[in-house]
Amino acid sequence: MWLTRPLQERSTQVFLGVLFAALVVVSALHLFMPEDSALYVSSYTVTLLGKYLCYALLAVAVDLVWGYLGILSLGHGAFFALGGYAMGMYLMRQIGDRGTYGDPILPDFMVFLNWQELPWYWHGFDMAWFAFIMVLLAPGLLALVFGFLAFRSRVTGVYLSIITQALTFALMLAFFRNEMGFGGNNGLTDFKDILGFDLRTDATRLGLFIATGIALAVGYVICRGIVTSKLGRVSVACRDAEARTRFLGYRVERVQLFVFVVSAMLAGVAGALYVPQVGIINPSEFSPLFSIEIVVWVALGGRATLYGAVIGAILVNYAKTVFTGIMPDAWLFALGGLFVLVTVFLPKGIAGLLQKRRKAETTEPTPAQEATA
Amino acid sequence: MSIFEQLTDREHVFEFLAPVQSPVDVRHGPILYLEDVSVSFDGFRAINNLNLTIDDGELRCIIGPNGAGKTTMMDIITGKTRPDTGSVWFGSRHNLLTMNEPDIATLGIGRKFQKPTVFEALTVFANLELAMAADKRIFPTLTAIMKAEYRDRIDEVLELIGLKDLRDRLAGILSHGQKQWLEIGMLLMQKPRLLLVDEPVAGMTEQEMDRTAELLTSLAGKQSVVVVEHDMGFVRSIARQVTVLHQGSVLAEGTMDQVSNDPEVIKVYLGEDA
Repeated sequence: MWLTRPLQERSTQVFLGVLFAALVVVSALHLFMPEDSALYVSSYTVTLLGKYLCYALLAVAVDLVWGYLGILSLGHGAFFALGGYAMGMYLMRQIGDRGTYGDPILPDFMVFLNWQELPWYWHGFDMAWFAFIMVLLAPGLLALVFGFLAFRSRVTGVYLSIITQALTFALMLAFFRNEMGFGGNNGLTDFKDILGFDLRTDATRLGLFIATGIALAVGYVICRGIVTSKLGRVSVACRDAEARTRFLGYRVERVQLFVFVVSAMLAGVAGALYVPQVGIINPSEFSPLFSIEIVVWVALGGRATLYGAVIGAILVNYAKTVFTGIMPDAWLFALGGLFVLVTVFLPKGIAGLLQKRRKAETTEPTPAQEATA
Repeated sequence: MSIFEQLTDREHVFEFLAPVQSPVDVRHGPILYLEDVSVSFDGFRAINNLNLTIDDGELRCIIGPNGAGKTTMMDIITGKTRPDTGSVWFGSRHNLLTMNEPDIATLGIGRKFQKPTVFEALTVFANLELAMAADKRIFPTLTAIMKAEYRDRIDEVLELIGLKDLRDRLAGILSHGQKQWLEIGMLLMQKPRLLLVDEPVAGMTEQEMDRTAELLTSLAGKQSVVVVEHDMGFVRSIARQVTVLHQGSVLAEGTMDQVSNDPEVIKVYLGEDA
């Protein structure tokens, strides 16, 4: 089975082991250490780490399309934000009559805009199952339509990157408008609870952190399952020699579309887990700059490794947290500088360093060996 | 048959419902048949009333000076370029002009490019695995399992192209000649009926050329092979039938000796070498 194949693979086992160990250690330190201990992990830190894990899942999604399919998406923030908005709409509906205006149905910003009834696309979001399906469906559908049009016309390379950038920019402008019915500039916020659990309690925050860790593990295994399957090798083939792949009888545009949609859905899940932890979703998540930042994480961590994307996302965002605390203005310069340094001295990213060390000991497994294992 | 008759005929199979992937029908003669094909790019006639037939199992060499339309002809056969006029048939059943590239490839036309294009980031084995005739839709590919019979088939081809010792190495490290053989091997994995080979020996050493000639002649009979080549020595060593293209149409056809004695051919092409 393609999904269980990665579990027999050493790199995936190590990755999952480290991830689960981190989840257990953080949870234990948070729950059992006294608050004045140096080892105590505060609720703030737990949420911060949860945020990093969301970014890590997003980076894995980007690495899947960029690293293995050669599609440099500069608009993955759009899928992340759409997943986030789907979750945000659910959380808004959960507020009920506890909002400032006390309207049992309409969210506060609609009352403020003097809207009389709920727009049609807000219906159903009071039900968790519907909202969670939309978390996958909204980004997936956008990716499907966008990808269908782009790949069918054989738009690839830098042109595709520019179009994805335009896509997220257009969505940002659209979501900024109050008439869209997504809270405009302010976005969606003031969330109270999720699935009946109060979002402000430490227990819920820890639960969300663990849920994000599990989502990252599942997302990683799915991606790994794809890239170690024959389809993954076809993706690499599309990346390196598109015409050749077509003459072998593969429908390149369908391979691209499939992987792109899977990646968009994973990005949507990352966004959906991100929103309850940071407590807000607004159009700034659609900003082109954010999408470019994701690409920088992946490049730093190392393309086409998946675990590199995770390392890159966590390290860069940790650096960002530290840096914006000390010198907020210098952060973008630091990020840019880091990117230049890595491109020049570590073209394969941090993962490239790890691989170089490992290569001395073992050789890459061949597909044949993997398949028999 | 009129539409009405078609609708009332209970046995009638409508054209759009008829299976497309039916086997190639060569009972009535040639495997590839081009008639009156013309194509022009921005007013330049790359192919001009070209007529060409290839018989089943034949090894045919196509020569011609630069710009004679050799590569454009291959583009038309594989569905990359659509001609302005004319018809192209594969066997007597398949009109290639109505099909796209993957369908034509699945039907049994394999193409080797001028520049060797193998998947450099994948192993030699994986290159052949991807080329193997199989269900190439998304989900069957995702869930595909390497069966023993597939592995045997791949090993068989590895043996044939002489890359057995390199099966688990990345294709990127192969030499130029080895890449050409790997690519021919990839075509063989598709179990094609017709192989189109574009300049297989460009940039090869003498030994590699001999090895390639051996490989191609061993394929003829089982498959039909069309070789486009510049190197006259190489063509002489493998060809039974030679077609000379000039300015987008056939100038001469026959054995190598006949062709090389043809005054027209000597004038436009061989004259340069003589």
